[in-house]
Amino acid sequence: MAIDAVVAKSTMPEHSSRTIHVTVNGVARASTVDARTLLVSYLREHLALTGTHIGCDTGHCGACTVLVDGKAVKSCMMLAVQTDGCEVRTVEGLEMAGKLHPVQEGFTKEHGLQCGYCTPGMMMTTVALLAKNPNPTEEEIRRGISGNLCRCTGYVNIVKAVQYAAQQMAAAPKGGA
Amino acid sequence: MYPPSFEYYAPTTVEEAIGLLQQHEGEAKILAGGQSLVAMMKLRLVQPAALIDINRIPNLSYIREDDKFLHIGATTRTNDMAESATVRTRYPMLTDAGAEIADPIVRNRGTVGGNVSHGDPGNDLPACMMALGAEYEVRGPKGVRTVAARQFYQDTFVTALGPTEMLTEVRIPKPGPGTGNAYSKMERKVGDFATAAVAAQLVVNPAGAIQLAGIGLTNVGATAIYAAAASEFLKGKSGTDADLAKAAELARDASQPIADNRGPVDFKKEMVRVWTRRTLRRALDRAKGGA
Amino acid sequence: MATPELGGIGKSVQRKEDARFIRGKGNYVDDVQLPGMLFLDLARSPYAHAKILAIRKEKALATPGVLAVITGKDLEAAKLAWMPTLMSDTQMVLPVDTVMFHGQEVAGVVATDRYAAADGVAALEVDYDPLPAVIDPFKALEPGAPVLRTDKKDKKDNHIWHWEVGDKGATDAALKASDVTAREKLYIPRIHVSSIETCGCVAQVDVMGKLTVWMTTQAPHAIRTVFALVSGLPEQKIRIISPDIGGGFGGKVPVYPGYVIAVVAALTTGHPVKWVEDRTGNLISDSFARDYQIEAEIGATKDGHVTALRVKTLADHGYTDAAANPSKFPAGLFHIITGSYPFKAAFVEVDAAYTNKPPGGIAYRCSFRVTEAAFAIERLMDTLARQLHMDPAEFRLKNFIPPEAFPFPSVLGWTYDSGNYAGALRKAMEIIHYSDLRKEQAEKRKRGELMGIGISSFTEIVGAGPSKTFDILGIKMFDSAEIRIHPTGKVLARFGTKSQGQAHETTYAQILAEELGIPVDYISVEEGDTDTAPYGLGTYASRSTPTAGAAAAIACRKIREKAAKIAAHLLEVSPEDIEWKDYKFQVKGVPGKSKTMADVAFAAYTNHPQGMEAGLEAVDYYDPPNMTFPFGSYIAVVDVDKETGQVKTRRFVAVDDCGTIINPMIVDGQIHGGLTMGFAPAMLEEIPYDADGNNRASSFLEYLLPTAVETPKWETAKTTTPSPHHPLGAKGVGESATVGAPAALVNAVLDALEPYGVSNIDIPLTPYKVWQAIHAKDPK
Repeated sequence: MAIDAVVAKSTMPEHSSRTIHVTVNGVARASTVDARTLLVSYLREHLALTGTHIGCDTGHCGACTVLVDGKAVKSCMMLAVQTDGCEVRTVEGLEMAGKLHPVQEGFTKEHGLQCGYCTPGMMMTTVALLAKNPNPTEEEIRRGISGNLCRCTGYVNIVKAVQYAAQQMAAAPKGGA
Repeated sequence: MYPPSFEYYAPTTVEEAIGLLQQHEGEAKILAGGQSLVAMMKLRLVQPAALIDINRIPNLSYIREDDKFLHIGATTRTNDMAESATVRTRYPMLTDAGAEIADPIVRNRGTVGGNVSHGDPGNDLPACMMALGAEYEVRGPKGVRTVAARQFYQDTFVTALGPTEMLTEVRIPKPGPGTGNAYSKMERKVGDFATAAVAAQLVVNPAGAIQLAGIGLTNVGATAIYAAAASEFLKGKSGTDADLAKAAELARDASQPIADNRGPVDFKKEMVRVWTRRTLRRALDRAKGGA
Repeated sequence: MATPELGGIGKSVQRKEDARFIRGKGNYVDDVQLPGMLFLDLARSPYAHAKILAIRKEKALATPGVLAVITGKDLEAAKLAWMPTLMSDTQMVLPVDTVMFHGQEVAGVVATDRYAAADGVAALEVDYDPLPAVIDPFKALEPGAPVLRTDKKDKKDNHIWHWEVGDKGATDAALKASDVTAREKLYIPRIHVSSIETCGCVAQVDVMGKLTVWMTTQAPHAIRTVFALVSGLPEQKIRIISPDIGGGFGGKVPVYPGYVIAVVAALTTGHPVKWVEDRTGNLISDSFARDYQIEAEIGATKDGHVTALRVKTLADHGYTDAAANPSKFPAGLFHIITGSYPFKAAFVEVDAAYTNKPPGGIAYRCSFRVTEAAFAIERLMDTLARQLHMDPAEFRLKNFIPPEAFPFPSVLGWTYDSGNYAGALRKAMEIIHYSDLRKEQAEKRKRGELMGIGISSFTEIVGAGPSKTFDILGIKMFDSAEIRIHPTGKVLARFGTKSQGQAHETTYAQILAEELGIPVDYISVEEGDTDTAPYGLGTYASRSTPTAGAAAAIACRKIREKAAKIAAHLLEVSPEDIEWKDYKFQVKGVPGKSKTMADVAFAAYTNHPQGMEAGLEAVDYYDPPNMTFPFGSYIAVVDVDKETGQVKTRRFVAVDDCGTIINPMIVDGQIHGGLTMGFAPAMLEEIPYDADGNNRASSFLEYLLPTAVETPKWETAKTTTPSPHHPLGAKGVGESATVGAPAALVNAVLDALEPYGVSNIDIPLTPYKVWQAIHAKDPK
C-alpha cells in the first residue's frame, strides 16, 4: 500500500495564531498556539496535563471542566487564545505540597468515582461550586453538577463526596483550597 | 470534531469590532460566550473565516437599573444575570430562565447578548425579552439603533442584525407596581432545549385586574414567538382560571412547532397550552404579591 | 511500624485505584504519547445504504499535515477489507463498494495531528449512489425485501439465524389449558453504551517487528489471539495493553474497524498511530445494544399460579451479526426469561434479521440478553397480575421458586444455584412501606392523581462460563489468577480479567488478603497487559468475581497447601499437625505456636525444606462448574403529571443479593450506577432512525444521558444467599441493577395509569408517550 508521504506545508495566515501568556496551576506559561486550538488540546497536548479529559463533541459531558479565573469552564468549548492573561486551574493543581484537596479526599472517601474518567471535571466543578456556596443542600449539589455526566456512579456517592468536602472545608482554618 | 482554521481578533473597543466585521464582509462571526458557536464550528456546521472575540471589550458586561430600564450589557454572563439580586427583584422571569439555560457550567461563559442574538429558536431569553417588551441596542458602521425584541427575530438563525452590526445592550422597561413575571421550561433533561417553554409577564391594577400582558414562547417555531393574540386577550380581564385557560389556548394557536425527538406537533402545541396556563398563574401570583 | 489492617472480604476498603484518578494521573488510551505518533480520523457515510462510486484522495492528501488516506480498496489488496465477527459472521473494516449503515467508516485519514486529520476528512471527496435502506426488521424478513448481504454468495434473504429452546408442544398445550393468559408485545429499542471515554487505540510496531496496541478493550487476550489469526502475525509478537479504561459496560469488547485501520496504518507508515473516536462516530457506529421485538404469552391457573410461557422474538443485528455472545448462544442467555418462577413449560424462539444499521449488538451491562429477558418476564407478570386482579407483590410471592427448591433446574436448561426471592421482595416491601403506599395510592386515585408502584423481582445468570457450554470463537471461558509472594511477604498478582471501573485492584486484593492473611496494602494487582497477565477472557457479563475471583481463591489455596508444609518445617512438626486458623498456620492444639504467611514467604526463599522447590506462587485457570444467579427485588414509586406526561420517580428501593459481598462500598457503587443505566433506557435513552435509516441521535443533545438532576436518589439494601458452588460464595453484581430496574419503572408508570387501562407503553417512557397513553383513553 503506497503512502503518499509528502506532507503539504502549512501556510497559516498571520492572524490565525497567537502568543498567549497563561498561568496554569500557578506556573506562568508563554505559548504560541493556533487560534483554533481548543483549551483542552492546549492543556493535554501542549502542556501534557492529561488529567483533563474529552468525552463528547458538543459541550454536554463536562469531562473537560477546568477553572478559568476561578469559574468552571468546559475547556473543549473555549479557545486557548481566549485564556491569554488568565489563571487556569486543572485537576493537577488541586493537590498542594503533597496534601490532597478536601474535594479529592471526599471523592475517594465516599467512593465518588469508579472508572475515573469524568472525575477530574466533576471535581473542578465541585471546587467552584463550594467556593460560591460553601454549604449546599443536596438539591443545590445535584443542580450544581448537572453539567457533568457520569456513567458509572449514579451520582449518589458524588453527592456524598461534595458534602464531605463541604464539611471539611467549613471546619478547616481559613487560607486553604 | 475540531474546527477548521480561522483568523482571530480580540478588539478592545466596539468600534474596532465593527471595523473588523466590515473588513471581513460578512465572513466573520462575533465570539462572545462561544458555547453555541464553538460547538457548531467543531462540527463544521459553520466555518467563519474570522472570529471577533468581544470578551476583551471593557464596559460591555453590566447589570444596572435606572428609573426607566434594566440595562444588561451584551457580554454579561448568563450566570451573573441568573444570580443577580437586582434581576430577582423585579424580573424573576430572568432568574427562572437563567436557571434553565443549558447547564451551570455553560452559563459561566454564555452571554445574555449571545443568547438573545444567536437566533436559535431554542435559546431561552428571546421569548423572555418579547414578554418583557425589551429592546436591543445595536451598533454598526452607521451608528446606534434600537430594535424591539418583538421585531428582532426573522427566521432560524436570521435576525435583524446586519452582517456588520453588533448587539451591545439589552434594555428591559422597569416594571411598575403590580407586575409579575415568570418563565417555565419543559425539558427532557438539564441541558436540553425546551420541548416547550413560556415566558409571561402580567401587570395588574390595585383591583387585581390585568392591565397588560406579554407572552413569549420558546422553541415552538422557527423563531421565538410573541403570542400577540393571547397577550391582547388578557388586557382588561380579571384573571380567572377561565381567562388564563383561554389565553393559553390562544398561545397554543400561535405556536408552530416542528415534530422531533421531543414529540409530534399536536403534543407540543398542547404543552404550549398547559405551560402557558401554568406560567400565567405563577406570574399572576407574583403580580399580586406572592412568590 | 504497625501492621496495616487486613482488609479482607466484607470490608469497605478504600480503593487503591483512586490515588491516580483523583490526581488526574490515570493512564487512558488518549493519554499515551509516543515520539513520532500520527493520528487517524475516519470519514463516514452520510447514507444508510449506498454504492460508493468514487473516493478522490487528492484534496485530502494536499491538506497540510495529512500523510495518507486508506480506503477499502487499499485494504482489499491486503485481504483486510473484511474481518470475522465474534459470532462468525463477517464485518467490513472499510467498504470496497457498498456502505451499509449511516455513519459507517468509509476511509481513514492519517495525519501529523488530530486537527489536520479532521481537515483531511473534511477534504476527502466521496461520491455515493444512494440505495433504498432496509430499516424495519419485520420488513427485512418479508418475501421480496432487498437482500442486503450481497457479499454472501448464496444468501437469498435477510434472515441470519433461528434459535429456539424449550418444549413447543407442551407449552402450547399448557397455555391452551390455562385458565388465564396474558400477552404483550414489547419493543426494547436500540440504546448506546456511551461510556464517557470513547473507543480508541495506539498501535506501534517496533524495530523487532513486535506490534503493541494500547487499546480500550475489556478482553485483551482474546483480542490478541484474534489479531494473530486474522493478520498472520505470530501471537508472541503481539502485545495488547488495556490501560485505564473510562467505562466499558460491554461496549469495549468487540473489534471495531478503527482499531484495525490504526494497526494497518502503523504497519505501513512505520510510525505509531493513535485513533480516538469522537463522540459522533461513537454514537452512530458502535456499541449499540438491545433492539429486540418480543411477543410473549404467559398463562396461569385461576388461583394465580403461573403455568407456561411462550416467547417469539425478532432481533435486529444491523448489517452483520457482530454480537458479543458466547458462540453457542446467538441469543445470549435469553433462556433466563422464565425468571424467578417455576414454569412447568416454556418455549422461546428468536430470529435475527439484517438491516441497514450498525452491526452488533454488544452485551450492554446485561450478561448476555438477560436485561431483555428479565424485562419481558417482569412486565408479563404485572400484566398477568392485573388480569387476575391480584396485587403484583402478592402474585409474585405466590409464585416464586422457594429457597428449598435450589439448585433449581429450569425447564429451559439452566440450573439456578441458589436464591431466596421472597426474602428479597419482602425486605423491599418493608423498607418502602408497601401497604402504606397502596393506601396512599387509593386515596390519590379518588382525587384523580396518578401515582404508581412498580415491582421487578429479577433473576440473572452471569459468570460465563463452564467450558462444556461456553466459548467465544472457540476459546473457552475460564479465567485466571497468577499469584506470587515475595520474600518480604508482599504479593504481586495478575489476572486475565480487565477492570473498567469495577476496582479489581482493590477487590481481588481483598480476596487474596482473606485467603493469605496478608494485608491488602501489601498486595498489588495487575491486569490488562497480555505480555504479563495469564490468559483470560476479560471483564463483561459480571463474570470477573465468578471466574477470576474463584481462580484467586483456588490459587491462594494451592499456595496455602505448600505454605503449610514450609510452616511445618519451621515449626518442626509434621504437616498434618498444621491448621490454617485466624489467618495463621497454627499447630493444632498448641496456641501460641504459629507462623504467619510472611514468615513462610521469607522461608520459601531462604529456608525451604530440602527436596521442595523454592518460591511461593501459584496460577489457577478456573473453569466454573455452573453459572451464578444473582437476584433482587426492586420497587419504584412514581408520580405522573397527567397534563404533560412527565414522570417523577419519587422513591426507588433496590434489594440485591449477589451472594458473598467482597466490598460493600464498591457493591453499592455498582448498584447505583447500574440502576442509573436501567433508569436511563426506561425513561430517556433511545437511538432513533428515520425512514431513510439516518441516526437521529448522534450527539448528547439528542442521545439523552441523565444528569444528577434527573437521576433518582437510589436506596439500596441487601440479602445474602451465597452461591453453593463458588469458592467464596460470591455471584457477581456489576449488572444486576441494569437488568432489574427498567421493569420496575415501567410497571410503576403503568400502575399509575391503571385508571386508563393502559397495558403497555414501550420504553423510553417519554412525556409524549405517557401523555398519549393517558389522552388516547381520556380525551379531556
